[in-house]
Amino acid sequence: MGLLSDPVRRRALARLVLRLNAPLWALPVAWLERTMRSVGLEVYTQSFSRKLPFPDETHERYMVSGTNVYGILRAPRAASTESLVLTVPCGSDSTNSQAVGLLLALAAHFRGQIYWAKDIIFLVTEHDLLGTEAWLEAYHDVNVTGMQSSPLQGRAGAIQAAVALELSSDVVTSLDVAVEGLNGQLPNLDLLNLFQTFCQKGGLLCTLQGKLQPQDWTSLDGPLQGLQTLLLMVLRQASGRPHGSHGLFLRYRVEALTLRGINSFRQYKYDLVAVGKALEGMFRKLNHLLERLHQSFFLYLLPGLSRFVSIGLYMPAVGFLLLVLGLKALELWMQLHEAGMGLEEPGGAPGPSVPLPPSQGVGLASLVAPLLISQAMGLALYVLPVLGQHVATQHFPVAEAEAVVLTLLAIYAAGLALPHNTHRVVSTQAPDRGWMALKLVALIYLALQLGCIALTNFSLGFLLATSMVPAAALAKPHGPRTLYAALLVLTSPAAMLLGSLFLWRELQEAPLSLAEGWQLFLAALAQGVLEHHTYGALLFPLLSLGLYPCWLLFWNVLFWK
Amino acid sequence: MAAAIPLSLLVLLLLGPGGWCLAEHPRDSLREELVITPLPSGDVAATFQFRTRWDSELQREGVSHYRLFPKALGQLISKYSLRELHLSFTQGFWRTRYWGPPFLQAPSGAELWVWFQDTVTDVDKSWKELSNVLSGIFCASLNFIDSTNTVTPTASFKPLGLANDTDHYFLRYAVLPREVVCTENLTPWKKLLPCSSKAGLSVLLKADRLFHTSYHSQAVHIRPVCRNARCTSISWELRQTLSVVFDAFITGQGKKDWSLFRMFSRTLTEPCPLASESRVYVDITNYNQDNETLEVHPSPTTTYQDVILGTRKTYAIYDLLDSAMINNSRNLNIQLKWKRPPENGYIHYQPAQDRLQPHLLEMLIQLPANSVTKVSIQFERALLKWTEYTPDPNHGFYVRFPVSDGSNYFVRLYTEPLLVNLPTPDFSMPYNVICLTCTVVAVCYGSFYNLLTRTFHIEEPRTGGLAKRLANLIRRARGVPLL
Repeated sequence: MGLLSDPVRRRALARLVLRLNAPLWALPVAWLERTMRSVGLEVYTQSFSRKLPFPDETHERYMVSGTNVYGILRAPRAASTESLVLTVPCGSDSTNSQAVGLLLALAAHFRGQIYWAKDIIFLVTEHDLLGTEAWLEAYHDVNVTGMQSSPLQGRAGAIQAAVALELSSDVVTSLDVAVEGLNGQLPNLDLLNLFQTFCQKGGLLCTLQGKLQPQDWTSLDGPLQGLQTLLLMVLRQASGRPHGSHGLFLRYRVEALTLRGINSFRQYKYDLVAVGKALEGMFRKLNHLLERLHQSFFLYLLPGLSRFVSIGLYMPAVGFLLLVLGLKALELWMQLHEAGMGLEEPGGAPGPSVPLPPSQGVGLASLVAPLLISQAMGLALYVLPVLGQHVATQHFPVAEAEAVVLTLLAIYAAGLALPHNTHRVVSTQAPDRGWMALKLVALIYLALQLGCIALTNFSLGFLLATSMVPAAALAKPHGPRTLYAALLVLTSPAAMLLGSLFLWRELQEAPLSLAEGWQLFLAALAQGVLEHHTYGALLFPLLSLGLYPCWLLFWNVLFWK
Repeated sequence: MAAAIPLSLLVLLLLGPGGWCLAEHPRDSLREELVITPLPSGDVAATFQFRTRWDSELQREGVSHYRLFPKALGQLISKYSLRELHLSFTQGFWRTRYWGPPFLQAPSGAELWVWFQDTVTDVDKSWKELSNVLSGIFCASLNFIDSTNTVTPTASFKPLGLANDTDHYFLRYAVLPREVVCTENLTPWKKLLPCSSKAGLSVLLKADRLFHTSYHSQAVHIRPVCRNARCTSISWELRQTLSVVFDAFITGQGKKDWSLFRMFSRTLTEPCPLASESRVYVDITNYNQDNETLEVHPSPTTTYQDVILGTRKTYAIYDLLDSAMINNSRNLNIQLKWKRPPENGYIHYQPAQDRLQPHLLEMLIQLPANSVTKVSIQFERALLKWTEYTPDPNHGFYVRFPVSDGSNYFVRLYTEPLLVNLPTPDFSMPYNVICLTCTVVAVCYGSFYNLLTRTFHIEEPRTGGLAKRLANLIRRARGVPLL
């Protein structure tokens, strides 16, 4: 964004790119087809096109059309019921061409062997993840994201496992493994163990989250480094983005991981033969599998390649955090009950002798307005930015992507004015009981949401719970209001995102300045919305439709009059 | 010794008329053929066909003497009143797109379809028994055929041989897509051949080469055919076929050249002495329009052209018997003629009953040329009963493949079977639970039972020792109570 910070210049460039609509670097489809065929594979192509909801400035693309090329190695005397996939996602430039070369070399070697029991698909996708998404949707004959693609001519049964390969330079000093997939899904731990076994066997240097593996777990440094790796994994998993094209395979219950050859630790250096050997070993092991990988863990956290934290260990932590909400809700329930009794007693001795149940006494009608308004804000946050981008670009000097992000922020900030709006609607006789009932509902709502999130994507649930639970439990219209307000704002979803970005870069030992952080924050917002529309990532709808309205309820409680 | 001579005479007498009859009027014959086809993809397909024909009405006469026709199958025909039997074992999948249409179509796994005579009263019982017997003969898991994977198609799978009426009630069809074919299935199949694998084309059937291929399919077809032109009586035809596809890329190091020895690691030396016809056909049709020419060595004695599966093909013929027999090759010119199906569609659907019978959907549709037709079926993944899971539930469950029959000339295409993963419980958990429960029961129950059923006595410590015993002795003697 540095060069294109001037909106007028950026819009001009975007228009130019749109008019040209010609990719700067295209996949050499014909050459790939020819080469794969000469190696002895069955070669097919698939063309796809997709118009993104708004221009993607990070990857510089808007109207995307491309071609995937894939070759199938048919296993002899097998009925094409099972297959393995080796995929190389190619981006808008030729950065991953080393990996394509390795893929072709492996294909040529694999074709001469007779021991294959599963078909092997060698897949080269254009526009990295978009191509992978198009191919996977066509392979499984579904259409989740509105991708337009030609149907696949060749299939090879149920995909058992997939490995994605990214080599950014010809010098590979270490292999980094990425496991975090779409919406925080993880592959079976056995696949990672398999990779680690072959790394050790071939003497390859393997890293996780770009960090070297701690050798010495007994001293203080080892566990500290492990904690850093663990935190990085939690942050990455919580983001819910597919970190590599393997992430999209996980949706179809295909165990997959991405191997990235990186060039950062100068003292180690391998040629591609070593990487190829490790891949060959992995594929031969996967080829021998009778069943899908299912014996090991699907839910885990990794402080190192050889160590993992099992679900049984980390789940109680979230459980205890959510217990705080439950206990607080119980306390409010008791208070409401007592207040109800106290209210009935002085005036109600001669009147109606039957005391009303507390929930009825509060008057549920008074809660409907704040609930509805906050949900409507959430809906607006979800729908309006993408819908209203053209209106915004016509009236303000901004590009589409910028318009979306700014609309997001505007609606988000407008939500903070909610208490002033709702109080005109709400007219309750007992103000104390009003906010208590609202907080009770909000607490239960939050606990349920966080519980569900923690079950599907633990990292996201845990991060949200640690930040939101204290502020949510404390929020009330009495006491040091400004302090509570500051706390609530600091733990709101957007502030959490900003904080996570700073923490992430800090852990990666590449600290951000404030301005850089802000730019990254804006880019992350745009990416989050885009990923929801292109891959079906759930973080954006979850925050906008679920947690933001819930947070607004607490904001409402804080400013209750 | 004296008894042995009349016995041997008797044997001679019994054999004599048989041998004489054979010389006069050959009641059974064997014809063996091998077709070698270079496929468009560069691979090589070899198709063996052994046809044993027997002019005998197996059902009516009490046949006891078998010569070329295998006795095991002949007895099956008479015992279960079979009209037709088609059994195939296939490992691999015929890639029609790359290899062209197959000579002999078969789905991957095991396929069995049988027409019974209309005299059979309980078809299902005969079917069950037949599949069990076949399972024994061919060392295959055909005994897993039951009502849940048997269907009775109403439109397809017409009888291939002589048939007066086609009441589909007497047809049964079953497939086992998971069946693995190996040498244990090939050996009994080879034993059905009159020359076994000792002479003739069957010398080439070496298991280690045949199972080194990309596709292997072996089949047994029995059907009644007309004995003469007027069709006054019937003969039985046993057709044993075997097709293999050799991967040129692996065996020929990428070259398209091939030789019998390179493929089978054997060469042909002599015909089967029992065979009345023994031939090798090599497809020398020039597919490519460019100047690539084929050269076969040694040059063939004769060539033969015909339209097979819609394309004109040229075959070089090598007759393993003497050259006088070449003239008889005319009777090979068999073409199956099928009537055009009616233009209007026909849909037959028989819904499944859980754990009793599978779905059956038959459609008669006319497909436009050069088009893609997609037939999709929605299904729900359900939890099975815990005893119904296979030992490897995470492998997935096979959905049987669709079959499509062509119209103009006889083509039957099979698609690959589909592997579907059903929701699978974690089966290691019950094991853990059982182990844990057993331990808890053994430890807790055992010790509690011990505590509850045992009676405890307080035993006083012995004190005193020798002095006390002496004192007691004296007291007993005195008649005073003991200490």
